[in-house]
Amino acid sequence: MLILECPYCGVHAEETELSPGGEAHLKRFGPGSSEDEFEGYLFVRENPKGVHFERWRHAYGCGKWFHAARCTTTLEVFGTYPAQTTEPPKDIKDKISAKRPGWRWRDFA
Amino acid sequence: MSDLAKVIRHSARGMITLRGDLTSSPLKKAVKAATGYTVPKAGHIAGDDTKGVIWMSPDELLVMVPYGEVEATLAALDKTLLGKHYLAVDVSDARAVFTVEGAQAHEVLARVCPVDLHADSFAVGAFRRTRMAQVAAAIWRHEAGFDVICFRSVGDYAEGLLRNAAAAAPTGALG
Ligand SMILES: [Zn+2]
Repeated sequence: MLILECPYCGVHAEETELSPGGEAHLKRFGPGSSEDEFEGYLFVRENPKGVHFERWRHAYGCGKWFHAARCTTTLEVFGTYPAQTTEPPKDIKDKISAKRPGWRWRDFA
Repeated sequence: MSDLAKVIRHSARGMITLRGDLTSSPLKKAVKAATGYTVPKAGHIAGDDTKGVIWMSPDELLVMVPYGEVEATLAALDKTLLGKHYLAVDVSDARAVFTVEGAQAHEVLARVCPVDLHADSFAVGAFRRTRMAQVAAAIWRHEAGFDVICFRSVGDYAEGLLRNAAAAAPTGALG
C-alpha cells in the first residue's frame, strides 16, 4: 500500500484517497514546436526501475495537485512537495542522493 | 445484536463554503463575526455543528451556522468581503449529515475509511476529508463520537453503509 503525505494539508493519504496524475515536470510543447518535441510532450514517458517523479492529486481530501518522489522498485517514498515548481526541491534531491547515490532522472541528478 | 455505535441522521444543517485567502485579515474578521471562532489550523474544526468553522483546504473553509441563519450570515460575509477575491455559497441543502455516537464509534468509521482513528492520531477537534467506502466524506471527532458529512445525493448510501458497519461485534483490533 502506498501512503503519501499531502504537502498542503499534512494528511498521510492512502493510495485510494489519491488520483494518479502521471509523470511530473513535463514541459509543454505547443504551437510552434517541432513534431519531435510535440510527440515527446504527448507520448514519451520515463519508465524507470528506481527513482521516479510523479504527479498526484489529493482527490478525496483538499483536492490539490502535488508531486511525489519515490522508488518504483522498493515503493520507498523519498518525499512529496507542492506542484508550483518545475523541478524537485533541493532537500528532496539531497534525500534521494543519500539513499541512491548517482541517481539520474531526465535532466535531474 | 447490539450495535457498535448509534448512527443518527440529521436534518439539514446550515453550511457555507467560503473560499479565499485564509490569511487575509478581512476574511479572518468575517469568519470571526459569523461564528465567533478564529480560522482553525489545517485538519481541525473550531466550534461545533451549530456554530463552527472547518479547515477544508489551503483556500477553503466550511462555515457552520444554524440553518435559519444562513442567509443573514451570507449577507454579512458578502458585506465584509466586498471587493475582495472570495467565494461564499450556501451548500446546506447539498449535504447529508450524520453522527456516529458511542465508545466504539471509531471502529465503525475505521471499517469504511482508510484513516488512523486512534485517539492519539485523531483527537477531539480533529477533522479530515476522506473516502468512505465509495464516496467522499468529511469527518470530525467530538466528545460523543464523530460527525460525518457527505453529499446528499449519496446520503442514503452513506446511511446504509454506516448502519451496516455499526451492526456488528467489535473486533477489538483498534484497542
Ligand atoms: Zn491535501
